[in-house]
Amino acid sequence: MHLRMSLSVKHLLGIRELTRQDIELIFTTADQFKEVLQRPIKKVPTLRDTTIVNVFFENSTRTRISFELAEKRLGADVVNFSASGSSVSKGETLIDTVNNILSMKVDMVVMRHSATGAPHFLSKHINVPIVNAGDGINEHPTQALLDAFSIRERLGSVEGKKIAICGDIMHSRVALSNIYCLKKLGAEVTVVGPPTLIPKHIAQALDVNVSYNIREALEWADVANVLRIQLERQNMPLFSSLREYSLAYGVNRKLLDSLKKDIVIMHPGPINRGVELSSDVADSGQSIILDQVENGVATRMAVLYLLGRNEKEPATAK
Amino acid sequence: MKSILTDRQLAITIERLSHQLIENHLDFSNTVIIGLQPRGIYLSDRIYHNLQQLLPGTDIPYGKMDITFYRDDYKSGKGLQVPNETDIDFSIDNKRVILIDDVLYTGRTIRSAMDALVDFGRPAAVELLVLIDRRFSRELPIQPDYTGRTIDAIITERVKVLWKDRDGKDEVVLIA
Repeated sequence: MHLRMSLSVKHLLGIRELTRQDIELIFTTADQFKEVLQRPIKKVPTLRDTTIVNVFFENSTRTRISFELAEKRLGADVVNFSASGSSVSKGETLIDTVNNILSMKVDMVVMRHSATGAPHFLSKHINVPIVNAGDGINEHPTQALLDAFSIRERLGSVEGKKIAICGDIMHSRVALSNIYCLKKLGAEVTVVGPPTLIPKHIAQALDVNVSYNIREALEWADVANVLRIQLERQNMPLFSSLREYSLAYGVNRKLLDSLKKDIVIMHPGPINRGVELSSDVADSGQSIILDQVENGVATRMAVLYLLGRNEKEPATAK
Repeated sequence: MKSILTDRQLAITIERLSHQLIENHLDFSNTVIIGLQPRGIYLSDRIYHNLQQLLPGTDIPYGKMDITFYRDDYKSGKGLQVPNETDIDFSIDNKRVILIDDVLYTGRTIRSAMDALVDFGRPAAVELLVLIDRRFSRELPIQPDYTGRTIDAIITERVKVLWKDRDGKDEVVLIA
């Protein structure tokens, strides 16, 4: 096997910064962690001398639990921090907050922030590995990794596959990370949704196809990754009502049954049932939504394992 | 480069090791075999194959184990390895486990392997079979139960086990 043995990056800020080899190394490593998670004792001692802080400036259920499980199953010590109820409300800056945590000898930071670029900014000021758990409308790299890993698991590979990313492309960090990841792995990508939710020039900028017709896009696709309508990030009305959105762009059983083939259905969660995805699709055999969640732990273990290994210097503030 | 075992000697040694296993485990009714990734599995494949021929009709559980996540040199960065597949699809509870690796050197790999093994259950007993025992280089109190060849090599020397399926020929060599 002539794989590179370490990542080309010190932090996981986004998929944009990764090479295809990096992604493949993460997958090969995640394969082995997936096996670990099937054992009677689902835990390895690899990171037993590592302390990881999960800094969440934004709400999260899945991602945060998934990271915490990944960390604990690698044997790491875990501290959790959420902005609400912390000194952030007293006006402490991001760098101060993180440096204070690091001075208590923390070795790695997992961060979610509502500001685009927050982890990139932080990476210039601290010297421990940072894992971006979602920054604003920019990237959510571990979600893209687990999505591509799940496609690879279901279809054998990502190369050459046709993936439709459906819905709110404009406000979705999952969409952007997925596009980078899938393109780097050699897949074809179509983004589909109402024109108001698809950024202008995305076709040229990211080399993807654009469609405004969900049926056309799904006829073409092997996989549909259906995104959540992010009402919390939309500060002006971009479609008339959820009901109208659902009628025009919702993925339901009737639509899927009218296609000539069975496509794979994905959703990063949380699902707005009956809006972008109907229950009889979300819970069907075509859906790999729960596999995505399961693979999230193994993929995140791989990321933490590979980044923790790169660490050479002790954890101190610069 | 000095030859320690030629292809013919290697075949005889593996044959002997297989017979020694049968001597102790008879019909293998309560015994499982686990080869250690990445290089131990070439030896365990051969031994497993041999045992099947010597004991026709016996179904011996055979697995492969990777110990990368249990190594003690993760942080030092020396043990940079892409993890290999672990495949143990049977219970090791109350079984006699035979661990198989190609070269026993510092003993650290076997220490890691025993840590990994107990995460799969509680074996009745664990034995160690190695092709080459570098007996003066041990850093931990670990000794093999079955040995192909014991050699006295200094730290700067390297023992390499070559396998036909992987390296084109069967041979054990000492590289100065």
